[in-house]
Formats: sequence, structure tokens, C-alpha cells
Amino acid sequence: MDNTAIKKINAKNITDKEYFYGHKACAGCGGSLAVRQALKVLGDRSYSVLPAGCMAAVGFIYPQMAFNSNAVISMFPGSASMASGITAGNKALGVEDTHTVVFAGDGGTADIGLQALSGAIDRDDKLIYICYDNEAYMNTGIQKSGLTPFGTKTTTTPAGKNLPGSITEKKNLFEIVAAHDIKYAATASIGYINDFINKVNKAKQVDGTSFIHVYASCPTGWGTPTETSVEIAKEAVDCGLWYLAEYENGEFKLNRNPKEFKSIPEYIKKQGRFKHLTDDQIKHIEAARDKKWARIRKNWG
Amino acid sequence: MNRPKVTEFKKAKHINDYPTGPGFQGGHLVDKNAGWRTFRPVIDKDACVNCLICYMICPDGTIYKSDDKVDIDYDFCKGCGVCANGCNVNAIKMVKEEL
Amino acid sequence: MTEKNRYFVSGDEAVALGTRLARPHVISAYPITPQTIVVERLSEMVEDGSLKAEFMHVESEHSAISAAMGVSSVGARSFTATSSQGLLYMAEGLHYASGGRFPVVMMNANRATALPWSIFGDLRDSLSQLDSGWIQVYVEDAQEALDMMIQAYKIAEHKKVLTPFMVNLDGFVLTHTYEEVEVPDQEMVDQFLPPFETPNKMSIEKPMNMGFSTSPADNMEFKFQQHKAMMDSIAVIKEVDQEYGDMIGRYYNGMIDTYQCDDAEVILMTLGSVTGTARVVVDALRAKGLKVGLLKIRYMRPFPEKEIQEVVKNAKVIGVLDKDISFGFEGTIYTNVNSALVRMQSHPQSYNFVAGMGGRDVSKADIEEMFMDLLHAAKGEEIERVKFINMGVEING
Repeated sequence: MDNTAIKKINAKNITDKEYFYGHKACAGCGGSLAVRQALKVLGDRSYSVLPAGCMAAVGFIYPQMAFNSNAVISMFPGSASMASGITAGNKALGVEDTHTVVFAGDGGTADIGLQALSGAIDRDDKLIYICYDNEAYMNTGIQKSGLTPFGTKTTTTPAGKNLPGSITEKKNLFEIVAAHDIKYAATASIGYINDFINKVNKAKQVDGTSFIHVYASCPTGWGTPTETSVEIAKEAVDCGLWYLAEYENGEFKLNRNPKEFKSIPEYIKKQGRFKHLTDDQIKHIEAARDKKWARIRKNWG
Repeated sequence: MNRPKVTEFKKAKHINDYPTGPGFQGGHLVDKNAGWRTFRPVIDKDACVNCLICYMICPDGTIYKSDDKVDIDYDFCKGCGVCANGCNVNAIKMVKEEL
Repeated sequence: MTEKNRYFVSGDEAVALGTRLARPHVISAYPITPQTIVVERLSEMVEDGSLKAEFMHVESEHSAISAAMGVSSVGARSFTATSSQGLLYMAEGLHYASGGRFPVVMMNANRATALPWSIFGDLRDSLSQLDSGWIQVYVEDAQEALDMMIQAYKIAEHKKVLTPFMVNLDGFVLTHTYEEVEVPDQEMVDQFLPPFETPNKMSIEKPMNMGFSTSPADNMEFKFQQHKAMMDSIAVIKEVDQEYGDMIGRYYNGMIDTYQCDDAEVILMTLGSVTGTARVVVDALRAKGLKVGLLKIRYMRPFPEKEIQEVVKNAKVIGVLDKDISFGFEGTIYTNVNSALVRMQSHPQSYNFVAGMGGRDVSKADIEEMFMDLLHAAKGEEIERVKFINMGVEING
């Protein structure tokens, strides 16, 4: 892909039109910001597919239809395949210049939806798959998913005398997707909104499957004040627990390589889901971050 | 303001008044979200430098460009405070709603 | 009809030929025995350009139905095919497609459901999904399979129906048996089956939010609407059968078909390919002067309640052959038939024969045994209410 030809999108030139409006997401919902901005980039000719999950639950409560463009709720495991069907149907009907986009949560992507996502990438169907990652099954009431990081208190990984919350690490979804040799994949954060919308804009130009894994805070599930949703998602990147990267033409690229990480304990202590963590457990998280970044920096340049 | 507006909705009286299957016109709004708010963001237009950060980070899309500054659609603002928290020049204050 | 329109093909191949004539826009399918030949042939047709369609190699049956719904949601015509475990894996999507009013057409090769594993035929797969909201037809031979693929789209896509449609073929006995079929001309089929039009779709011109949620204040109305569409489909099925016959030359008598029922004292009800064997037995018994008749149930949903009542009203005894069992009760077809019977002022006694499960052959002798049992019952003798036919071992005591 010739990236120089793609015009940058910013606050001045992005459309004024709102495509995700009047939804019933919690105040300060990070996922809804990701959906809102992605749809502004994609415009009128988009078809959104949302598996059962928060964004489906808050956007389609008859007769309140919050998607101001085409949108459909898919089966939980079938969002990528339904999106493939929409693309194939439009192609067969000769409806051109459309964008099929999936908005699925972390559980809907890394757990129950992974098979269908893998199939879509394998077929290289023209669709954009956006995983808004709030690190647990929030719609059902904060249960652990495959993208819940170590040490997170959820309603199915209680923190107590014996366990520190979740005892498993976050599944490496971005690299799992990249391993399919997908045409374009990226990570993003709602804390870096311009980076995110420009990645969506890049994905929009891809003739095949593209994937964006966007870190999207959830004040309800994380135990954070509603006003800090964007700030906390930025801080996750700045302390190295999330990263901004791309996979394109078979190569990984790190978009942001902080000289120095912000403090993990600072990030952690702002969130109810981590407040039980001991110093040792926090050290474990720091060590895991350092190990991951050593590998990323070595391999991704 | 380029966004859907609330329209009056007549509940079906006959089974044939329902759509055929669970599909309905996109952007069809029947009620507001204003009642969710306990604090409302208020923009100090003198302090605002129109950087549009608030417009970009509002999860509900209720901040819109208006006369070289921004305004807020209070019908749908939930009062989360992301805009005020993200404003670099402290031009947005969260003010308690009076009942 | 010219010689060039006659082909010697298997049931699966007949399905592929019929499907091609219906011009689906997208085919999404996952392989499973004994459905595979259908999708192999269709992929060849797409490759050689004789079928202009997108062929999606989905990674599971769940995605096959999910993709088919995506296709339908933009107003395109979709086709999928499956069998047994695949149908069960799709189960979520079966309910979803009918609730979404997506008129997807699917061929199902009826096969036993595990455990124990068996690739051979019985009806437990599709009958276990009777309540999924799909129209279900069971065909008797390759010709009917081919013709029903075309009729299926016309019925499913009818504006009063907009309900998905499952065409069921007995695994191996029908899917893999070769017969001569007559293939209608494409022009005639195009005239019979117009392009798919639906109000229930997303488009750039008219953006829609589909598959929404409802509160308890509206959910039941949507479900009633779905039920009404299925009930209304009975009239549509009959109209379409008539129109197809008038144009193409073959009639299937709508919801059910009958053989020698007019003066029959006892009537046996069957589904699918075993009906052919039963006809031969009826002829043999009629030759001996025995008043036996045969009722072929074509549609299990919508259920031919009125049609069955009309045919059996003068019979003394009826029997139902089930290639399935609802464990802990009786054959599923039998339960459905009984429900139709008890709504009559007076009704014949009914008996159930469970046979042919897991691919066990249902022979002429087996069917004769059923008829003889029914004739004994007609004379007032006591016979078993639910009888397992041709068990290999003693099961009593």
C-alpha cells in the first residue's frame, strides 16, 4: 500500500456528520468513542456488523436506532462471517465502493469470534475488523476474557486471599492476526484518537481484510471516573502496557517507542480493577512489560 | 448540526404496523439521554481556542463545531466529563445540574 | 422436453443443478458427508462460469449460515448446504435467520446425529430443529430435490413469507443414488423465479439497523409475525406448486401427497425417500384386496394439519413411520400427526413405527409388517403403540 497517497484525517477535515448517536452506552464509554470515530472516517457507504455485546446492546433498542448508517447485529461467534457475507452480497449485486466494518469487543474477537475472524482473513474478504478492547466481558457484567490481563479483578476472577484476580496474561491477539499474513493490521488506543482514525482511514483503502485492535477503556468495568476514559487509555500506552504498532506488507512497525515509560503503579492505582495488587504482583506486571518491549524493540525496529 | 434528531414515534396498533422482521430506519431516535446527567459541561467561549479536542473525544458525539467554536447538544450529552478533562485550556467546566 | 435436458445424476447433483437454475448470488458452505457433492458441483459451476456467484469457503457451518444471513441482509440471494452435526452447529443461526426474516435456502442431507457416530441417514438432525422457524420440506427423489430447490426460493422470498427454507434429502439413500432427472430450461425458471426483492435489507439509499433488540413490550409481536408468516406460507406453497406445475410440468400436490387413500381403511404416513418403497408395498397389498393407503408428508413446517385431517377422516387406523425418536416419548412426526388428529371431531387410532435409524434399511418386508399391524388394529386387535421395527436383537423383557 502506498501510504504517501493517503490524506491525513484530523479534527478539521473529518466529517461533521455523526453516525453513532443517541446510543445508551454508559457515560464515558471508550468503546462508543471508537465506534463513533471509525464511522466518521468510513462515512455514508458503510455497513457495520456488531456481535451481541455492549455496542450492539446500546445501539439497537427498538425503536431507538443509534446507527445513522447501515448496521446489523450478528451472532456472537459470527461477526466476521456475517461481514464477509455482506461484502460478498454487495459485490454480487454490483454495489460498489462500500465498507463493511465489524465492531467487536475483546471477548467477541479473541475468544468466541476468533474462528470466524481467522476464516475471513484467510479468504482475504474485503472488510475492516475493529476490536474494541476493554479487557473483559463488560456487557454481561465484567467477566474475564482472553484479553483480560494478569492481575485484573473481574466477576469471574475474584481477587482474594488465594488469587490476584486473573492469573493469565493477555492473549497476543495482534500478532495472532498478523500471523495470518493479513494485508493490514494495527493496534491503537482511544487515548491517541488521531492515530486511531488515521489507521481506520488506512484500513479503508485496503483491498482485502484489515484489522485494528483499539484499546478502549470502560469506566464501569475498570472502576475509573467517567471523565478519565480517554486519559487512562493514553496512560496505558505511555506506561507500556499497550503499544501502537502496525503490520503491513509482512513487516511490523512500532509507531510509538517511548524513551521512558510512565509509571505502571500510577496507572494501576487509578483503577478499581487493580487496587488489590501487591507490590510483588505489580513487579510481575512490570517485568512482563519489559520482556515484551525488549522483544518488540529488537524485532520491530 | 449534522446528526439525527428525535422524532415522534407512534407505537404499532396492528401487527402489520410493525416492520417485517427486526429492521428499522437507521438514525431513528425517539428519546433523549439528557436525563442521565448530574453534571453538565459548560464551555467558556472566551477561553476556548477551538482546538476541537473535545469534539474528537466525546464518546457520544454531542460536541459540534459552531461559529468557529464548539457547542454541545444537551439533549444527548450524558455529562461524563471526558471533554472537560481533555481540554488543554480549561475552557470547559462541569457544573452540577439543578433538579 | 428434449433429450438434452435429461441427466443421470445423484440426489446431491440434482440439488446443485436446481440451485444453479435459481441463480444464487453467494454460496457459503462447509463440507460434511453426505452433503459434499452438492458444494463440489457448485464450486465447479462457479469455476467454469456456468454459475455467476461468489463461492465462500467458510471455516465452519456456523459461519456458513452467518455469511448467508449477511448476504440476505443486503438483498442478495444466498445458498448453503449441510448435514447432521453441521446443522446442529448451525442451530444458533437457524433461529437467527428465521427471526431476522432472512429467506436463506439450505439443502440438508439427513444424517444421524452423534453419538455414536454414524454418517448414514435418519431424520434426527432436521427434526430436532423443527422449532427453529424454518420451512422444512422432505423430498422423495432426485427430481423432486431439483424442482424444490427452485420452488424453495420462490416460497421463501414471497413477501408474505420471508422465512428461510430447508430442503431435506435422505443421506446416501437419496443424496448418493443416481436417477434420471429432467432439468428445466433456464429461461423458464427465470420467468418462474423473479429476482429477490425484500423490504428487509440494508442499502446505501435507505440505511437500516437490522437484527435489533426488543423489550418485552414488542418481542412477542415480532414472534407472532414470524408465526403468521409461516402459517401464511401454506397458501403460498400450494400456489407455487401449482404455478411450477403449470410452467414446468411437474406437480407435487402441495403440503402432502397421497396414494390410494380414497377408500383406505388404514393409512401409513411417511417422509422422504422411503415413500417410494412404501408405494410398491401398497400396490402389492392392494393386489391382495387389502384397503391400504399411503400419505407422504412433504412439509413438516408449516405442518399440514388440515390436509392430513381431510385425508384420514374416513380411515380406521393410521400409522406414522419415524426415522427418528424423541427420547423418552415417541417419534417426532407421530407427535405432530397426533396433534392434528385430536383436533378432529372423531379421529382414527394412530400408531408409530420407529425404523431406519442410523441408516438401517427400511425394506418392503418392514413396511408390509407395519401395514399388517395397522390392519390388525383396524380389526380391533391390540398392537404396540410405538414399535421399533427390525431391531437386531430381542428388546423386551
